[in-house]
Amino acid sequence: MTTVTVAGTTEQPAVGSAWRRWSLRLIGLVVAVGIVAVLCFLSIAIGTRSISLDTTFQALVAYDAQSTDHLVILNYRIPRTVLGLMVGAALGLAGAVMQGVTRNPLADPGILGVNSGAALFVVLAIAVFHITTVLGYVWFAFLGAGVAAVIVYSVAALGREGATPIKLALAGAAVTAAFGAVTTSFLLFNQSTFDQFRFWQVGALAGRDIAVAAQVGPFLAVGAVLALLLGRALNTLSLGEDVATALGSNVALNRALAAAAVVLLCGAATAACGPIGFIGLTIPHVARMITGPDYRWILPYSMVLAPILLLSADIVGRVIAPPGEVQVAIVTAVIGAPVFIALVRRRKLADL
Amino acid sequence: MTAHAQDRLPLAEPLHGTVTLVRSVRHTLRRRVVLVSVVLAVILLGLFVAGMAVGDYPISLQQLFASLTGRGTRATNFIVYDLRLPRVVTGMTIGVCFGMSGAIFQSMIKNPLASPDIIGITSGASASAVVAILVLGLGGFAVSGVSLVGALLTAGLIYGLAWRKGLAGYRLVLVGIGIAAMLASLIDYLMTRAEVNDAQVALLWLTGSLNGASTAKMVPLLVLTAIIVPITLWAGSALSGLQLGDDTAKSVGIRVELTRLLLIVFGVALAAIATAAAGPVGFVAFVSGPIARRLTRGTGVALVPAALVGAVVVSAADFIGQHALPMQLPVGVLTAAVGAPYLIYLLIVSNRVGNGG
Amino acid sequence: MTVVALEVPVEIPPAVQHTLSAVDLDLGYGERQIVHSLSVNIPTGQVSVIIGANGCGKSTLLRGLARLINPSGGRVLLDGRSIATLPSKEVAKIMGLLPQAPTAPEGITVADLVGRGRYPHQGWFRRWTADDDRAVAEALAATDIVELAGRPIEEMSGGQRQRVWIAMALAQETDLLLLDEPTTYLDLTHQVEVLDLLTDLNRRRGTTIVIVMHDLNLAARYADHLIAMCDGQIVAQGKPAEVVTAETVDRVFGMQARIITDPVSETPMIIPIGRHHCDDGAGSDGLR
Repeated sequence: MTTVTVAGTTEQPAVGSAWRRWSLRLIGLVVAVGIVAVLCFLSIAIGTRSISLDTTFQALVAYDAQSTDHLVILNYRIPRTVLGLMVGAALGLAGAVMQGVTRNPLADPGILGVNSGAALFVVLAIAVFHITTVLGYVWFAFLGAGVAAVIVYSVAALGREGATPIKLALAGAAVTAAFGAVTTSFLLFNQSTFDQFRFWQVGALAGRDIAVAAQVGPFLAVGAVLALLLGRALNTLSLGEDVATALGSNVALNRALAAAAVVLLCGAATAACGPIGFIGLTIPHVARMITGPDYRWILPYSMVLAPILLLSADIVGRVIAPPGEVQVAIVTAVIGAPVFIALVRRRKLADL
Repeated sequence: MTAHAQDRLPLAEPLHGTVTLVRSVRHTLRRRVVLVSVVLAVILLGLFVAGMAVGDYPISLQQLFASLTGRGTRATNFIVYDLRLPRVVTGMTIGVCFGMSGAIFQSMIKNPLASPDIIGITSGASASAVVAILVLGLGGFAVSGVSLVGALLTAGLIYGLAWRKGLAGYRLVLVGIGIAAMLASLIDYLMTRAEVNDAQVALLWLTGSLNGASTAKMVPLLVLTAIIVPITLWAGSALSGLQLGDDTAKSVGIRVELTRLLLIVFGVALAAIATAAAGPVGFVAFVSGPIARRLTRGTGVALVPAALVGAVVVSAADFIGQHALPMQLPVGVLTAAVGAPYLIYLLIVSNRVGNGG
Repeated sequence: MTVVALEVPVEIPPAVQHTLSAVDLDLGYGERQIVHSLSVNIPTGQVSVIIGANGCGKSTLLRGLARLINPSGGRVLLDGRSIATLPSKEVAKIMGLLPQAPTAPEGITVADLVGRGRYPHQGWFRRWTADDDRAVAEALAATDIVELAGRPIEEMSGGQRQRVWIAMALAQETDLLLLDEPTTYLDLTHQVEVLDLLTDLNRRRGTTIVIVMHDLNLAARYADHLIAMCDGQIVAQGKPAEVVTAETVDRVFGMQARIITDPVSETPMIIPIGRHHCDDGAGSDGLR
């Protein structure tokens, strides 16, 4: 039997190139982790108070409770570095999962109403329960995020088809708008509440001690494990409900698990540091540009690339406007957006 | 040249019946759209009258009619023309603008999450307004002017950055998201650095409010709207062709790239002038299109019904916010309260919502 | 299901003869060039069918001729003028295309969709005339979907949906009609019906028809002019009897085949030889 050779392509040994791709991606991931490590160190070393590298090193290995410098490092810089790492990873993962489940490149974790729910409950905490500490807000925010997500998911799941991507997106938008309306009403009429809330509303890593990280840590860990295990399920879901079911995937269960992971990750992140936008929406696109449409790679890459952006933004925020600082949510958008736009212009970003 | 009807003998019977059938199908669709539009217009008229008559100084229908036809007393005229007319008319006009703009963007971007808010246009208007209020200390008409300029500059920036040998839809949206994020962070920055009083003023603007409606703002708004809306309706007649996909649209002679560009420009312009007038009144742009499509049960983009739905939503929201609650709330808060439950109802009742996805 | 032929007792003016050709055409998507330096004259007033293996460029060529793709080299000429310089609506009145896998908005009714084909004949604001209604009615009758006129397109089967799209192309009333795989999703009955319908159009109105098809035997049966492509080049064109030879089939498709004469239509018929059904010489005409 004669075979047709189509001009221009030759058969490549399939196994060899797949192995090469896999190892390239692994190397990329390791490099990214390395960058994160460097940034962690920089985050500990740099700040509004100039502390020499030597002292920094000393603080890490031979802590002296009497030294102010060491105190600063332990109580301010290490907590925010740890939070930056955790929150960044959480938001990146949550964003990737959300885009995978909704098959919508415009989806960010806020779609499930997480941010608006958290905000509303924080406002209630301030206005009704007169809570003023960040640690105090954490539980309210987390609860609010959960309540909103449950409402969104339940509304979307009504009807024959269950929580399809479109219904999730629309339900999320509706609930977000409704919660936002209630929140704004409080803020317009209660100036002292507004005065406190407007600072929480801009996500920041500063002003939170390690107790905050310890409180949300377990939830983030569970959420991260759940999300990473969903890689294969997300790949299948991206083929459409029909094909996914034909391949034996339990579509409804996978969607619910994904939603749970997003709520855990994004809810905990917002509870700890306030709403930080942009990361969940754009980092998955960047990850996808590097790895292609395989969620088993997009998820870990999102998890590692996001802290790079977040930690960099935090460090920049510390030095850019002395003697004060600029909150991380602001800097993230200001440095992340131009980079993102440059990438959009340069490369053909995949739709999904 | 194709054969013209005049060149043919009277149609054979089987064909004649088919022509009647075709005509009746088309008329059924058109009838529905017209019916829905008329009903919405009537509701709108009712809201107009209600908005004008109700308030701290109630005005009876005869007084209202007298005032509008130039025979009212000085007191009634003041209330009608200086206090209430600007507010009611501005509200309806921005509803029309937001409704049409949202319907256009959703149809072109084919993503239910798309609306002028998300792609950065209203962010430009908002950011400029916040700068005007918090940094430049301006108020009223000046803020609207700055905001309009800001919106157009932002749109130009987004378009310029997204253009690369043509305008790919997704590139436009993604660039818009990036710009919107930067502008949002600028707003956040200013809000946390300002005096709390000023910040609250800015918050009110950001919510979307008709409190600042005045004749000075209303007239330019009406003029601009009167120019842009008809042109948009003309260009929008190609939307039904664009819905069939680029290939089919091109094969029936639609200039796809040019039409899309024009529609984007008009959609942006409508959102920009509406935001400049009353702030980024949330949710109207997002929800008018789906509601209009649901009501007309058609598949055209239904620009006129969407515009009317937008006007109804804004007017109803403002009326409720002003008169129906123990405290007065700005329209931006109420549009979500009015729009969100209806959207949820749509989701529950049907499984065919939105455009694409 | 019987097809309602156009039994209109009236003189039908023949379609104005338009010429369509390509000169040194290079077509591709981005860096991938698919069609190379291709020149072709589409015979006016005939049914031309383009065949070839997957990826040989036949759909690309058709889309290039329909000006959906801008050529990176060479020109497409409509009536001797470069098609890129002609206004879109003018071209759309002369040439219509039925693309592969077209998309329709949710919930659109059959009559509405077919009506969209009238776009090039309508001015600003899409004023509907009696002529438009007549064209739509004729298109519906010709494709035998009159009783489906008010139904939404989601309720149609694959074959019905294809006929709706063909009706839309017919409603456009063009003198040139290009169709990209119009029969791919149809059962055999409907495939033959559609091809008979297109032949009707050609014989009665002189419409020039260009079809991209996969089914070689139907192509050989219905084509006046057959164009065989391979790797972005035309390897053979002409009457089916001349083009369809064992050598050409082998060259274009890489497949062994026996060519016999179709007993019904007297056109060449390709009997493929695969691994399991082999030619062991039994019977001079290959029929078992």
